[in-house]
Amino acid sequence: MPKERKLSRREFPDSKKEGDSRIGKEEVKHLAWLARMKLSNKEIDAFSQQLSQILQYFRKIDEVDTEGIEPTYHVLDLTNVFRKDEPRTFPAEEVLRNVPEKKGRYVKAPRMG
Amino acid sequence: MAMAKAKKKERMTRVMRRDEEKGKDGEPEVIIGLEVHVQLTNLKTKLFCSCSTDYRGAEPNTHVCPICMGEPGTLPVVNEGAIEDAIMVALALGSSISRRTLFSRKNYFYPDMPKNFQISQYDKAGGVPFATGGSVSIGGGKKVRIRRIQIEEDPGRLVYEGTIDSSPYILVDYNRAGLPLIEIVTEPDMESPKEARMFLQNLRSILEHLGVFDESLQGAMRCDANISIKGGKRVEIKNISSFKDVERALSFEITRQKGLLSRGLRVGMETRHWDDLRRITVSLRVKEEEQDYRYFPEPDLVPITISEGLIAKVKACMPILPSERKRLFIDKYGIPPQTAEVLVGSKALADFFEECIKLKADPLPLANWLTGDLKALLNEMEIEIWESKVTPAHMAELVSLVKDGILSGKMAKEVLKEVVATGRMPRKIVEEKGLRAIASMESLKEIVERVFSENPEAVKDALRQEKAVHFLIGQVMKATKGSADPLMANEAVRRRLQEIASSVSA
Repeated sequence: MPKERKLSRREFPDSKKEGDSRIGKEEVKHLAWLARMKLSNKEIDAFSQQLSQILQYFRKIDEVDTEGIEPTYHVLDLTNVFRKDEPRTFPAEEVLRNVPEKKGRYVKAPRMG
Repeated sequence: MAMAKAKKKERMTRVMRRDEEKGKDGEPEVIIGLEVHVQLTNLKTKLFCSCSTDYRGAEPNTHVCPICMGEPGTLPVVNEGAIEDAIMVALALGSSISRRTLFSRKNYFYPDMPKNFQISQYDKAGGVPFATGGSVSIGGGKKVRIRRIQIEEDPGRLVYEGTIDSSPYILVDYNRAGLPLIEIVTEPDMESPKEARMFLQNLRSILEHLGVFDESLQGAMRCDANISIKGGKRVEIKNISSFKDVERALSFEITRQKGLLSRGLRVGMETRHWDDLRRITVSLRVKEEEQDYRYFPEPDLVPITISEGLIAKVKACMPILPSERKRLFIDKYGIPPQTAEVLVGSKALADFFEECIKLKADPLPLANWLTGDLKALLNEMEIEIWESKVTPAHMAELVSLVKDGILSGKMAKEVLKEVVATGRMPRKIVEEKGLRAIASMESLKEIVERVFSENPEAVKDALRQEKAVHFLIGQVMKATKGSADPLMANEAVRRRLQEIASSVSA
């Protein structure tokens, strides 16, 4: 079995540059757009500060030396949990009861853009 | 009409030829890469839950459960059939299978996925795709390399009221959400829309032979295409939902981009949407970039290890592939390689061929009818063989009618048209129309006699000049209403002329 590649923080496309844990206002706006959320200027300021603090806090993890340690993908030491390809029906009406807005049998969702 | 069509075809071929030309420095003018999404239609359940995949024609949101609807507290469990299918596909394409693979979470806020993310695979951020490498041959010794093969879930289907732009809201049907898909990403190895179509056709045939994919199901194979033209940036075309539309969408893009470049305008990097009704591509508003998807290893699923044993087990049950079948057609039935290639380009066509052979059809003429006239007629009608009224019994009968000399090649072409249009048996059509080829020299002789006595001047001329001989042959063909074999008519006329010449000199 080929040995697992070691990962550096840099390989995570979202990871911030070393030593920079500030989340600027522009970044908050971008994140809000990705999450389709409308934020007021006050909220942008607040989240920028809070997210920076959270990130700063998690920087502590960087201090741990992970040299030579296999990456953990899952907390359980399990692999290959599979299911047989056998259909089972679920009462769809039950699931649809949780849908906030419907049109006929369709789920109604806001326009994206 | 036929003229205009022929002209259009000629123009198309010219455009394609131009597209295939290389620039002066050897760089291709056009570079195309594809991302193909294939539903694993042999599976009965979704990728991560036990909902039935038999959603076509069903009422919206009837094939859903708390897992595929993303209810909190539910956990996905992988369908083992999807892993076996993916191993088969990887083996068939010559890809190397990752011994340990993971699912990744692709985050985006769009209602086609009720979870607000799609479980997919990724080759970065700790992700390991299912398989990498491999290739698909596209004829002429050319191969398109595969970059990676991944397993992922299909998103739900969106319905707009009116058009995409004017719809006040989106209606979603989640029956399709969570269906098992295989994503096959190619290297940018194709240099024309035609090559892209060839790739898809051959890939489709391989998947069909593997039995993991049913080409007759609408929308079961969809793709996105990346195209760059020399002097422009890479443009992605999304939402190409049929196999035939790939060529159309790419040809449209080439014309559009070349038009821009020739007017000195820039072709910028962008994502466009293929509108299959209007048959054009339209620019999409700014979309997320790859880094915006915030991929990370899916915490709800444990890693998967693929053992040599499992690969060997799957390998042992691999069905015959198009390449082997082509070899078989060449060796067993004496079919020329190029014709065999066309036959195995579609599993349905190759199966059809073998069904006809079981009905004792002569393989070589049969192969020519299937890949020639029949294929052309179906293309013209824009239907696939299984959508047509033609059955192996029709074709086997047609081939034997020609072999027995009852129909000439020309008459058989007409009969085939009628078969395709009506689904009636060739023998029936022959009887009703009173068709019968003039296949014997005896019956031709009478007609030649008659033509000669009606055209004494031409016969005189024909003894001296070739042009008049052709006139006489033409008259004979006309008298038989095209039911004679032209070669035979030619011979009968010349033979009679020789008789006259020798009797004159004697």
